[in-house]
Amino acid sequence: MKSALLLRYAMRRLLGIVPTLFCIVSASFFIVRLAPGGPFDQEQALAPQIRANLDRLYGLDQPLSVQYVHYLGGLLHGDFGPSFKLRDFSVGELIAQGLPLSLTLGCAALALGVLLGIPLGIAAALRRNTPADYGITTLVVLGVALPSFVTGPLLALVFGLYLHWLPVAGWGEGAPRYLILPAITLALPVIASIARITRGSLLEVLRANYIRTARARGIGEMRVLWRHALRPTLMPVVSYLGPAAAYVVTGSLVVETVFGLPGTGRYLVQGAINRDYTLVMGMITVYGALTLGLNLIADIVYGWLDPTVRHE
Amino acid sequence: MSEARGLWRDAWYRLRSNRLVLVSIGLILCVALVAVGGPALSPYAPDTLDWQHLAVPPGLQASHWFGTDRLGRDLFVRTLHGVRISLLISLLASAVSLVIGVTWGAVAGYIGGRTDEWMMRFVDVLYSLPYLFIVIILTTLFDRGSLTVLLVAIGAVGWLTTARIVRGQALTLKRREFVDAARATGVGVPGILVRHIVPNLMGPVTVYATLTIPQMITFESFLSFLGLGVQEPLASLGSLINDGAQEMQSAPWMLVVPAVFLVTLLVCFNLVGDGLRDALDPRDR
Repeated sequence: MKSALLLRYAMRRLLGIVPTLFCIVSASFFIVRLAPGGPFDQEQALAPQIRANLDRLYGLDQPLSVQYVHYLGGLLHGDFGPSFKLRDFSVGELIAQGLPLSLTLGCAALALGVLLGIPLGIAAALRRNTPADYGITTLVVLGVALPSFVTGPLLALVFGLYLHWLPVAGWGEGAPRYLILPAITLALPVIASIARITRGSLLEVLRANYIRTARARGIGEMRVLWRHALRPTLMPVVSYLGPAAAYVVTGSLVVETVFGLPGTGRYLVQGAINRDYTLVMGMITVYGALTLGLNLIADIVYGWLDPTVRHE
Repeated sequence: MSEARGLWRDAWYRLRSNRLVLVSIGLILCVALVAVGGPALSPYAPDTLDWQHLAVPPGLQASHWFGTDRLGRDLFVRTLHGVRISLLISLLASAVSLVIGVTWGAVAGYIGGRTDEWMMRFVDVLYSLPYLFIVIILTTLFDRGSLTVLLVAIGAVGWLTTARIVRGQALTLKRREFVDAARATGVGVPGILVRHIVPNLMGPVTVYATLTIPQMITFESFLSFLGLGVQEPLASLGSLINDGAQEMQSAPWMLVVPAVFLVTLLVCFNLVGDGLRDALDPRDR
């Protein structure tokens, strides 16, 4: 019964993504086009004939509404159009090239966040108001406050330049060593947030009546923690995973820029500077869909774990 | 009104006993003071090129206290000017996002119904856009390097969370008796919003505003780090950190000095925000 309801809820949410995505695509299409400047504006103006040919080739000579319909039609077939600046590639190819790296980085960061954040939070809550707790809380404040473009170079300075443990930057043909620092940089805020949420949530759960009852029945402290406290403690963590995934999606752009990794991050900035309309649009569409999808998955997992959520 | 004063006085007592918050406020004030007054102490301007002292490390040499960069520009003066710009932009952007967010959220929450649904749907759509994308696109497409565009771009993204928080508060506030009473005596919608709803949600809004400032500092610095924000010869903390990251091997102080200032500001603002939240909403403690 429950699973049937959940399935229906998932389907409804999935359908809800479509209009949102449509809004995102439309809004960004018109923002990008309304801005002054175009992809073929250069220091030295092109001959009018060449310019007209280029415009015709890419369909820029047609009215905006026609271009819009054409673009939407392409998207429905999974076609993001050709890149205006990187002439030999289609936007789909460019994104397909960079996305695996960005996704690896993002998944690694999320995994690190869960694997380190939860134990840290539990440790801090169990040793409340001890030096261990203060230490972890301080790390949490730092992790939440510091942006990746500060922690990234600083980590590279310490672990790369001074200690020579890891490569400073770059991409050694996909060797995992090169991904360690970027993944840690990206994971730090996630670890910190998860630790903070876990700590607060566990402290609250441990005050609950049923925990007191469990203790009163003489159940050992460890067993109380594992059997009774852990699951409700982790509920807020699960609901944080959606926003965390969205953060990691955009955060990986930052980290890729900092460490010079060939993911998709560089295309957004480059594309925006070059007025590469299709590249920017493609990036927004793909990352918008990713963010929406990840949020949806997080919500469904939450509904599946939490017996009190109803999906009418 | 006396209840409101009680809330704020209580909050002030709780805040005063939180030493971490006091230290943070002190540090922020110190940094701000130094940023305003400090550059006058140095014989150099932020764009003076000192050819005798290229990339010297921090020290007392020729009063380059924090060293110089590769062009011989004094890092002390440049960093403090960077702090000034970062603080100015982030404070203004926070104000912009606060005004939009409070107005949007209060109107949506108080009016409710279809209006509320559409206004919040709009917020949801903007929310699901990766915020960095919008900011990057706005700043690159419209007149790169203009401080106004920078302000609008980061302010335009920051108001979403404020709007959500304010709407939630307004939804509960509008069912309270004093709002009923105001409506019964014939106060119009704008009057109720301005006189009764908005003053009563200042608590959570203050907390969120304090937490918005470090976010705005981060946005601005990040854009400048990418080269999309403040343009040469002006410097912000972000562009200085970017310069420093390029020269990390030969001149690590160029990275460390602005990073220390940025880290101090961000951590202090976050601590003050957390402290304010504990002070205004002691339930969570």
